[in-house]
Formats: sequence, C-alpha cells, structure tokens
Amino acid sequence: METKQHTLTKEEVRSQYNKLIGKKVFFIFFLLFSIILVSGISASMGSANLSIWETYSSILNRLFPAYFEPGWLADVCIWNLRLPRIFMGIVAGFGLGIAGCVTQAVLKNPLASPYTLGISSGAGFGASLAILTGTSVAGGNYLVIGNAFLFALLCSFIILGLSNRKGATPETMILAGIAMMYLFAAMTTILQYFGEAEAVKEAVFWTVGDLDRSSWPKVTIILGVLTCCLPLLMIKSPDLNLMTAGDETAASLGVNVKRTRIILMSITTLLVACIVCFTGTIGFIGLVAPHFTRIAVGGDNRFALPVSGLLGALLLTSADLVARIILAPIILPVGAITAFMGAPLFLYMIMKRKKEYW
Amino acid sequence: MKLKVNNVEFAYKSVSVLEDVSLELNRAEVLGIVGPNGTGKSTLIRCIDHILNPKRGSILLDDHNVSKMGRMEIARKMGYVPQSLEGVFPASVIDTVLMGRRPYLGWKSSKEDLDCVLEVLELLGITEFAMRDIKEISGGQQQKVLIARALAQKANILLLDEPTSNLDIRHQLEVMGIIKNIVKNKGISAIMALHDLNLASRYADRIIMMKEGKIFAVGNPASVLTVENIKEVYGVRALVKDDGEGPYIIPLEPVTS
Repeated sequence: METKQHTLTKEEVRSQYNKLIGKKVFFIFFLLFSIILVSGISASMGSANLSIWETYSSILNRLFPAYFEPGWLADVCIWNLRLPRIFMGIVAGFGLGIAGCVTQAVLKNPLASPYTLGISSGAGFGASLAILTGTSVAGGNYLVIGNAFLFALLCSFIILGLSNRKGATPETMILAGIAMMYLFAAMTTILQYFGEAEAVKEAVFWTVGDLDRSSWPKVTIILGVLTCCLPLLMIKSPDLNLMTAGDETAASLGVNVKRTRIILMSITTLLVACIVCFTGTIGFIGLVAPHFTRIAVGGDNRFALPVSGLLGALLLTSADLVARIILAPIILPVGAITAFMGAPLFLYMIMKRKKEYW
Repeated sequence: MKLKVNNVEFAYKSVSVLEDVSLELNRAEVLGIVGPNGTGKSTLIRCIDHILNPKRGSILLDDHNVSKMGRMEIARKMGYVPQSLEGVFPASVIDTVLMGRRPYLGWKSSKEDLDCVLEVLELLGITEFAMRDIKEISGGQQQKVLIARALAQKANILLLDEPTSNLDIRHQLEVMGIIKNIVKNKGISAIMALHDLNLASRYADRIIMMKEGKIFAVGNPASVLTVENIKEVYGVRALVKDDGEGPYIIPLEPVTS
C-alpha cells in the first residue's frame, strides 16, 4: 500500500488505459497462436504412427499441391480423421466458451453455464427418444442429431417463453431452467427404463460428450452458425456490460434490458444446441472458460466474449489431445477429460484469486 | 431543461405505490424528495426516468412526452444514479464511468469519450482510482463513481436515489456538495430521494414530502420541514431549530397514537 502514495494524473490514466487495451489485444493473439500450436501437435499424434514430416506434407499438399507427395495412409488419416476432429474441437470449444460467457453475464451468475437453460437435458432426451424408440422428427443419418437439436431448442425456448411472461429476470430463467432440466432428465430415465440394454448403452454413450463423431460437414454447420451468431453477440456486448452493472442502470443508459436478455439467450441457445447435438454434453468448458477469461482480461464483454471463445477452443483441443494419447489406442471421452483437467485448475484459480467476487 | 410530472400513478401488481403525483423541476435546481420507507420515493424517480412505466399520467421534458422518446434519447437527457453498486463481475472504475458514454457511443469508445470521462473523474477527485477495481474502493468513492457515470452521460437532469445512504458524515457532505456545485455551475437540475432530513434541508432548494404515495407538502425547506409535518408523515416527535442556516431537525421519539 505504501507504493500507492503517488497519485495518478489524467495523462497517466490515459496511457495506462490504452496500455491495458493493448495487453488484451495481445492476449487474443497469444491465444490464437496457442490454438494453432496445439492443433499442430494434435495433428501429428495418434495411433497411426505417422511421422511429423508425413503429417505436414499431407496438410501442406492440399494447400500447395505441386510440392509435396504424401502417402495415401497419411492423407486419409490426417484429412478424414484427425483434422475434422481438431477443427470440431476448435469450433465446439469456441462456441461453448463464448456461450458460457454470455450466459453468465446475462444471468449475472458465475455458476451458470451454457447448459443452465436445459439444453443438455433436452438434447439428451431427444437423442434417447430417437435411439430407443426409433421415432424422430428428422430421418436418415441425422435422425438422432436432428431429434437432439429440436428437443434442446424446445426445452430452452419453453424456459425463455415462460420467463418472458414474468419479466425475464435472471432468477426466473435459472429456476425455470432447473425445473425443465429435472423434467427432461426424468423423461429420459423413464425411456431408458423401458429400453433394450444395448440401446440404453448407446443412449448413455451419446450423452457423454466426445469428438469421435466429427466430420467436415458437421464442422461446416457449426462454423456457419458460429459465423452468424458471433457478430450479433459482439454487437450486443456493450449492452451486456451495462446489464451486469444492474438492470436499472442499463435501462437508464438506454438499453432495453428484457429484449436484449431474450435475444442474447436465444442466440446462445441456438449455438449451443447446434454444438451439443453433434458432440453430446461436453461439460466444464462453458463454465471455466469465462472465469479464466475474467481473471486474464477483466469483465469488459467486448474482450471477454472473444477471449472466452478462444480459451474454450484451446481447452477443448488440449483436452482432446490428452484424451487421445493418454491411454492410446483407447480414446477417452473428451467430456470427462475436460473435467479431469479443468477441475483441479479451476480449484487452484479459486484458491489463488485475489478478489472476493467474480 | 424543464421537467414536468403530471398526475403520475404507478402500481406494482395491484398495490398502488404512487397516486396522482405532480411536480415541476426548474433549471439549476436541487429538488429533494423525503418521506418514510415505502412511500414511493424510489418508484417516483424510476418512473421519471422511464425505467418503470407509470400507469397513468405523463412526464414532460421541455414539453416533450418522455414516453414518446426512445430509450437512448432519454438517456442523453436524464442520468440515473442508483442507491448502490450492483454487479457480480469485476469492472474497473474507468470502465464503469465509460458506461455513461453508452448513449453516445458506438461499439468502441472514442478519444472524446475517454476525454470526457477523464474530465469527470478529475471533477469528482477520483482520478487516482481510475484503474482500480470498483469493488476495491470505499463506499464513498463508489458513490462518486456512480455520480461520475451519470455526469459522463452529459445529462441535463440528474436523478439520484438516496446518494448518501451508505456514507459516513464526511462523505455525505462531500457528495452532496459535489452535486450542489455541479447543479449551480453547469445549470443542470437534480432530483434526489433522501432519508436524512438535515441533508435535505441543507442542500435542497425545494423539498417534496411524500406520504403513502402522495405528495404531502412541497416548498422550501423551512416551510416543509415543520414539527407538524414530521409528526404527521413520519409519526415522530421532533424539534426543529433554525439559526439562519436553514432548519435542522432533532428527532426525539416515535409518537404512539
């Protein structure tokens, strides 16, 4: 405290403020670089035992076809198996990270996650319904996925609709979310109770989040949804800042609080439902990424949103790398690994944090 | 800028909170609203800023009905200072005050926004806390930050909801002095809900005394803060003295009727 004797002048504040912004921008580039690094390592690791040279000649061959001659095995392995999986990790992690950050800010609750509005239980029920009874709203290959997606949206929009009638306060949203979560979980349990053993196993496996089902079309779909959602969320981020300072304050500064809250939650719901229906429930990313973010760059959502997304992508790609190599050739479900890696790290951060609040 | 409140009524669910409230606010005037807990002081302030929509009646800013204005337009004309700081997530003092620029600002804060904020911070003497986290400074300083945010809004009317409720006597006087000075020097006006009758007496040009959602008395401090009014509205026996600095009130005991 003794060092605080020197009082700041206006110009010092200005330069410190600008420097801080510079630091935040630098952190974004640092994260981008880390994601590329982890992806690069991840691409060269796996049970096929490809050398680093084989890996990268295969990747670079598609970009500069004239110069490299990759083996057939490497080409299949990299482009059909590893890269879709890595990119799935990046887009899904980014989506969950940013959705977690928005959800926590909108609901003003550091315990909220993208699944607070019942998306995971809705998706789980939809998937179980398709797997166990064979009935679905969509057909073909996308039977389970389509069902999961629709029920995830259904569950969340019931919550949003109900809370909209009650003024869309964070409390009603959270409570309605918990109620719907139990309801859908109970319906899933009933379904599984009457299901065949094999089908039940498949349904349970479905709900455990992993990236085994990755493919380029799925990556493209999530990427497409992300490209639509991200700009909308970023445009609303200053309003989100005001809302975390209090609903009345936000209203007095020109924000239509109720409408903004519903819009933001609808966008994140769409985004998360889209991810969950392809990957199952990958927990923890959407909860911890926003916390790490606020420790690193503070609570200004104009920076917190992209940083949380990038951190989510980094966490998920790293967790998946670990999931693939730790017991190779067995690939562990990444949904469990995120918690295994994340929980100790998270606890450490909680114990070390200086501030008394989030 | 002149503010007129005409026959405003408001109810939460079916419980009526404000009944037929009318008032006028002149340029460069501090208007104090006093009254017991639950008489609708805060509700009135929120209705004026259209954070709450009154059931009946109108609020006019220079003869323009506030209910016909957009939220952003209202925000450029009236600044609201909440009772205390809210929020669970970290925010620095400078970011908090920059929020006041929102009604003007695009997505990114410009150099002018930062200039305005730095000027306001200096005016309130809190420049040195600019980079600190808002939860890490004292209650008095937090209150100044909230006022700074409303000033950064460049509003002509300040609406303050018990700005001194969490402050020690020195900070109370400081904060009230700052508000009074700004009102007189910049020609803006302020409405503030107050609990402390002595602060109201000292710093308000006019006082509105409310009872059960209605205006009970209005006028200069000496005419409103009388022994009879205090007994009638608060149910408290009090001494009111005046030695040239305006009336001061010594509450004695609750009246048992």
